[in-house]
Amino acid sequence: MNAPVYNFAYLDEQTKRMIRRAILKAIAIPGYQVPFASREMPMPYGWGTGGVQVTAAILGREDTLKVIDQGSDDTTNAISIRKFFEKTANVTTTTVTSDATVIQTRHRIPETALNDNQVLVYQVPIPEPLRFLEPRETETRRMHALGEYGLMHVKLYEDIARHGHIATTYAYPVKVNDRYVMDPSPTPKFDNPKMDNCAALQLFGAGREKRIYAIPPQTKVTSLDFEDHPFETYRFDAPCALCGSRTSYLDEVVVDDKGGRMFVCSDTDYCETRRADGHQGAGFGADHQVT
Amino acid sequence: MYVAVKGGERAIENAHRLLAHERRGDPAVPDLSLAQISGQLSLAVDRVMTEGSLYDRELAALAIKQARGDMIEAIFLLRAFRATLPRFGATEPLDTANMQVRRRISSTFKDVPGGQILGPTFDYTHRLLDPSLTEGAAIPEPAQGAVDDTSMPRVTDILGADGLIEPSPAAGVGQPVGDLTREPLSFPADRDLRLQNLARGDEGFLLALGYSTQRGFGRTHPFAGEIRFGEVEVEFVAEDAGFAVPLGSITLTECQMVNQFKGSAAQAPCFTRGYGLAFGQSERKTMSMALVDRSLRARELGEEVRSPAQDEEFVMSHSDNVQATGFVEHLKLPHYVDFQSELGLLRKLCKEFEVAKESDVSLAEAAE
Repeated sequence: MNAPVYNFAYLDEQTKRMIRRAILKAIAIPGYQVPFASREMPMPYGWGTGGVQVTAAILGREDTLKVIDQGSDDTTNAISIRKFFEKTANVTTTTVTSDATVIQTRHRIPETALNDNQVLVYQVPIPEPLRFLEPRETETRRMHALGEYGLMHVKLYEDIARHGHIATTYAYPVKVNDRYVMDPSPTPKFDNPKMDNCAALQLFGAGREKRIYAIPPQTKVTSLDFEDHPFETYRFDAPCALCGSRTSYLDEVVVDDKGGRMFVCSDTDYCETRRADGHQGAGFGADHQVT
Repeated sequence: MYVAVKGGERAIENAHRLLAHERRGDPAVPDLSLAQISGQLSLAVDRVMTEGSLYDRELAALAIKQARGDMIEAIFLLRAFRATLPRFGATEPLDTANMQVRRRISSTFKDVPGGQILGPTFDYTHRLLDPSLTEGAAIPEPAQGAVDDTSMPRVTDILGADGLIEPSPAAGVGQPVGDLTREPLSFPADRDLRLQNLARGDEGFLLALGYSTQRGFGRTHPFAGEIRFGEVEVEFVAEDAGFAVPLGSITLTECQMVNQFKGSAAQAPCFTRGYGLAFGQSERKTMSMALVDRSLRARELGEEVRSPAQDEEFVMSHSDNVQATGFVEHLKLPHYVDFQSELGLLRKLCKEFEVAKESDVSLAEAAE
């Protein structure tokens, strides 16, 4: 039997070079989906194989890695991916956003502003923003090539006509550098403004769909909207029960079976840092009844 | 407080330990050996090697054991290992005409040169549960015949000699071989990549698609021209040596479907081919593959594309069970951040709905 021997950060150097070429191309054409020969990874498709491959390709021995899922370092899949890189790359890991040089994320962008020494790696399930309007890759690639995004605007318009609002709350489409419409991955649209003019490099990896795309630092990213229906983010009625933040994205925690709810920061590092700095929320005792 | 939402490293470790415990089962019962799996669950091993795209019986048996008999999980384990292996190059095209045949049947001719050889098959067994297997009763020795050196030409070659079937496309000697594990797939895809995709594709998915063509969704009028199963030599041209070096033999099943073709403006009517090839004895897989391969040639043969099995983007994007199971099962991962924004929107919409209804009611009352 062939006893498996694995390279630094799991992937062999040839594969890493292939992925880095795709990343460079992606950076050169912001928002454009670059096909790459995604490998089978030792975790299932849909669980972050694209992000893991991008991270593996860019990770160096000096890097400090942070992995979050739903904004939290403590969710099972974030732990699993962090352990994977601890084991295969032996890099330093952290939960502190500002200490990390590479942050792999699923579904959130950290609340703390990122700097130009950081790379944010997104895990992407469906990279194609037009996929649910047009299932065929051959068609959607042509639409991107021609910058033909009318279909997307019609969809958003129909939302407004039907519901009075744009009924897309996550994976809200953006236009990158005034050219490509891009799926920001299923982050809540609350996070969309953070992508605009961000100091950090943002890389997106979709393993199953074999696509890599990127937003270079300081790039214009606009959420699609209409003049009379400008893009707006969801506002929470209550502050974080733990740290009292009124500006962060909150998770709703069901605390009893009588309709009791508590709202707490989804970004656990942000919340913990604020509490360490002396901020305090109304706490568990306070009722934030949802009516 | 708020601990239940955290995953916790210990929870994961404990889950893995419990899984290992469940996998082993009752310790009073002897542990399964890889030789037992490879020898007695050989068709499972064949399937895992085929869809895992790695010809290694021992590793496939290990994967089945580790996966507790979950075939897709075993295929996944093998694929993940395969992805890390270096590539030395591509072998010479296999010559299945020179197969050391263990089974070979044709449904298109009563008899063919080399004869019909049933070999080990479930085909004519009565599906009655056999209680004697529970005690491991002795099995009678297989019957033996005289060695026969008659060549066994492929049935499609016999048809080809009369010009009744389209020729097989010539092997592009020296041409690079398409490999969708090394180059991302783009559409339209050539037949080499389609066949690679189908060979790795899920047996159940291909079975259902092949079946759908028989029921009228992209009908191709197929005949099982030939199914053969046995050992084939693998040769590799080593650059240094300058000639083909035999690497050993592998066990394969090959299915050649013979399908009707009415002809087109440019082409006379003739039989066409659908091709299936898999590791080990995998007849259901190769037959399904051959049906779907022929259906996917609709575009090339100028047939109208109307059914799922003819639609290469549909078939090729959804045939891979490792991809499919990953994405379906990823719904188990937490999605509460996105769910939260959906909750927020839904509450807002409901509130607005109530307000609108009340104002409708008051308007109606005012009208009365």
